[in-house]
Order: sequence, then C-alpha cells, then structure tokens
Amino acid sequence: MEKYRIDPSKGLEFGIYTLGDHIPNPNTGKRISAKQRINEIIELAKLADQAGIDFFSVGESHQNYFTTQAHTVVLSAIAQATQKIKIGSSSTIISTSDPVRVYEDFATIDLISDGRAEIIAGRASRVGLYQLLGYNLSDYEALFEEKFNLLLKLNEEEIVNWSGNFREPLKDAEILPRPKNGSLPIWRAVGGTPASAMKAGYSGVPMMLAALGGPASIFKNTIDAYREVAKGSGFDPATLPVGTTGFFFAAETTQEAMREMYPYINEGMKLTNGQGFPKQAFAQAADKRSVINVGSPQEIIEKILYQHELFDHQRYIAQMDFGGMPFDKLMKNIEIMGTEILPAIRKYTIK
Amino acid sequence: MKIVGISGSIVGSKTRTAMNYISKEMLDQYPEVEFTLIDLVDYNLQFSDGRNYLEYEGHTGYVTKTIMEADAIVIGTPIFQASIPATLKNIFDLLPTNAFRDKVVSMLVTAGSPKHYLVAEQQLKPILSYMKGQIVQTFVFIEEKDFHNKEIVNDDVIFRIERLVEDTVLLVETYTKIREEKEAKYDF
Repeated sequence: MEKYRIDPSKGLEFGIYTLGDHIPNPNTGKRISAKQRINEIIELAKLADQAGIDFFSVGESHQNYFTTQAHTVVLSAIAQATQKIKIGSSSTIISTSDPVRVYEDFATIDLISDGRAEIIAGRASRVGLYQLLGYNLSDYEALFEEKFNLLLKLNEEEIVNWSGNFREPLKDAEILPRPKNGSLPIWRAVGGTPASAMKAGYSGVPMMLAALGGPASIFKNTIDAYREVAKGSGFDPATLPVGTTGFFFAAETTQEAMREMYPYINEGMKLTNGQGFPKQAFAQAADKRSVINVGSPQEIIEKILYQHELFDHQRYIAQMDFGGMPFDKLMKNIEIMGTEILPAIRKYTIK
Repeated sequence: MKIVGISGSIVGSKTRTAMNYISKEMLDQYPEVEFTLIDLVDYNLQFSDGRNYLEYEGHTGYVTKTIMEADAIVIGTPIFQASIPATLKNIFDLLPTNAFRDKVVSMLVTAGSPKHYLVAEQQLKPILSYMKGQIVQTFVFIEEKDFHNKEIVNDDVIFRIERLVEDTVLLVETYTKIREEKEAKYDF
C-alpha cells in the first residue's frame, strides 16, 4: 500500500471529488458563472484541506454543463492553494490524451504540491469527446488499454522505449519532470460491473470504483472479482488499494438530507444524462444497505462503516457538489465531515 | 400529455396507413394530447454506436429526444422474416436501457400472414418490458386483407384501433395518477 501512499494504520481515507459540473441551481433556476464555479471548486479544496479530509479530485468532462475540461489546470491551482490534502483526477480520460503530456502535467502538479498528486485514469462514460479531441470512437477500448499501459510504463521507467498504434514510438525517451518521489499513484477508474473491475485486476493496479446507486452488496461482487483476478495474475491484493466513489449529502436529519439533496440529483441527472433519478429509487437511499451516503451524520457514519465491513476498501470519495448545489451547503457539509464523520470513521477503521 | 407514434419500417405502406388512423383518432378524441408521428422513412437514422441518446445529432438526435420526452409511445411495426424490422430495433438500440420507465407503450402490428401473430407477443413485448415500459397488453394485429388502396376496410380493425388509442391515453392517466400519489408520500 505504501507505493500508493496509503497507510492502513490511519483508517479508511475519506475524500471529495467533483466532476466540475456547471448546472443551474434547480431551486432558483439560476446558474453561477464558470469563473465562480471554478473558484468555488478551488475554495472547496482549501476548506477540505483545512478540515483534515484526505483527498480531493477533479474530473474532466467535455460536454455541456461542465466546466473543468482542463482539469489539470484546476488541479494545479488547487496544488498551490492547499497544504496537506492529496489531490488527483476523477477521472483523467487517458483514451483521448497523450499519456506523455498527462504524465508531465501530473508530475508537475506533484512537484507544486510537494508530492500529493495522483492520477485516476478512465475511459469516459460519454463519447462526445472522441470527436472533439480528434479520436475515433471505434477505437474506444484499444485506445484506453494502449494509453493506460503507456502511462503506467512512464511511471515505472525513467528511460522509455515503447511503440504502439495510436502515437509515434518513444525511443530512449526521458519524461520530465519526475514526480517528487519518482512515481505517482495511478488508479484505474472502473464502472460498476465485475467485467470492468477485472481489467484493473489483470494489470494489478489500484481500482477506483464508481458506486452511484443500488445496494452496497452488489459492489462487493465487483471488488471480489477485482481481487480474485489480481491474485490470479500474480499480484497480492493486500498491496492494492480499492477506492469507491458515490453521492454524499449530510444534514441534521436523514429526512432533511434527502429533501435537500433530491432536486439537485434529479435535475442534474436530467441535464447531464437525459433521465432523472426516480423518486422510488431515491427513497431506498435512506436504507443503511444503499450505497448512496445521504442522511444524518450518524446515519452516514453507519453506512460508511457498513460499506467498509463489506468492501475492506482503503478510500471513499464523496460527490456532493453535483447539480448546482450552492456553496453554503457545501461548506456546511465539509464542516460535518471534519467534525463528525471523519473522526468516527477513522476511529473504527484504523488497523 | 405527449404521445409519439412510430411507424417502424422504411418500406411498404400498411404500417403507415394504420398509424394515420391512430393519428386521426388521437386528434379527434383527445385534442389535448400532443401527438407526434415519426415515420422512419422520413428520417435518415444512423445505427446505434452506444453513445448517450443526447449525443446524437441531426435526425437521429431529433428522433431519440422526441421519444424520450414522450409520456407514451405507440409503436407501429410490420413483421419481416418472422420478426420486427431492423429499423425499429435500431430505435430501441439508440435509447437507454430503461428508456421507457414511466412511459406507456402500445403496439400496432401489420403482417402479411396470420402466422406472424405471436411475433409481437414473443419478440416485441420482451424488449419493451426490458426497457421498463408499461405495456398496453392488447395490441392491434392487422392483416394484408384488411387494407385496400391504402385504407383500412375492416371495421373491426378500426374499432380495435379506437380501443388501443383509448387504452393508451387511459393508462398514461392512470399511471401518472398512481405515480403522483406515491411520490407525494415521499418526504422529499
């Protein structure tokens, strides 16, 4: 785990991620400017740092209603604005970028942040960016596998010799600058299915698993599949961190939390995904067994501990700013995380 | 209430002829319904490549978005080679897996032979169920002999079309009411 800067003796890591969505507040119909949204994301990272949260990450989405397409630039500002918190991407779409440029960016962010940068590399759930960035969608799978493997190689080797199908070969290439301690934690972003998780297992890399809805138990199957395949491929699962990602919102009571959160999730999903979040399904989120961490602080603590019991994972990252959630609510949630949720989670998950 | 009719083939005239009767019945009986008929012959649609339906452009984007905005879909289809035509299957493939959640879906089938009767039952309904549609169980099955000069000449078929339209609208009202009552009970 040390290779990935994870220390199990400190308990389950707790982080925050944003996709950088830029959506009108459904309660007012008003949308803040892109400038304000980006500034608030940087501000949120500062507050998270001050609250003792372990990790903060920013994703890239190249479509309407998003604003952190240049997520490495935003992360670089966050690197400068924060002191201790680990920072990363959620995720970097490696399929449509040159791994050399991605590695240069993150190595630089690692230096600016004094060794706090990580990459979570994914394939994108939406496909508009392939045309926008000049790639062929029919290479969807091959692009990711080739570029992800090259990214891993750049991380392991100082002098790189490589050839592939989607860029010119590298001959004795030295990728500079190097990260502070020589390498970066690189995670593979995985959708909910075991088939996707197994791919992370085959290459023995840490897995960041999207767990957006449904019972936590279905994600256990996915995590088990990942660990089994990793083991079968000659890796020791005990050395490979697993992270989960999902919706989060805390308020005084569970009822209040659900009432406040629902319009943001429902309207946000409609705009970005074309279908809302059914009330019937959201109602089930109140159950401890649901993977959505919405509720009172105590309810959320119980949920996360239940998930930890099932998953034995090393990091949970929370998405709470989706759908135009106003900044004062985010600040309140950071406070709840720092004062109530983190201490309890650490207390019960320290190994 | 928005209802979209789909004429699911780009060849032949019988399905379109029958869908015109659906269209007329909607207009006559339910003027408050916003009815749109999409005849696939009028559109140049690409094959599904797995992207989100919002990301299709041009005709394909218009068709996927119009269907997704509807409260009910009336699917008109001929039977080719003992199945639905590929053009109609492509519509399903273009949409999300749960595209028909909270939508009523009804069916009208035209066929050259009565031997095709069970195709809708055994091949179309499972697709609509998988996509979470609330199905109007009784569909209208129309044979070649029921048509003459692009008109329906069998009054029984016309009565069945009237009932299909009535059932579709009624089920939208019913499910909407049930859903609203249920959702009102949630405290969020």
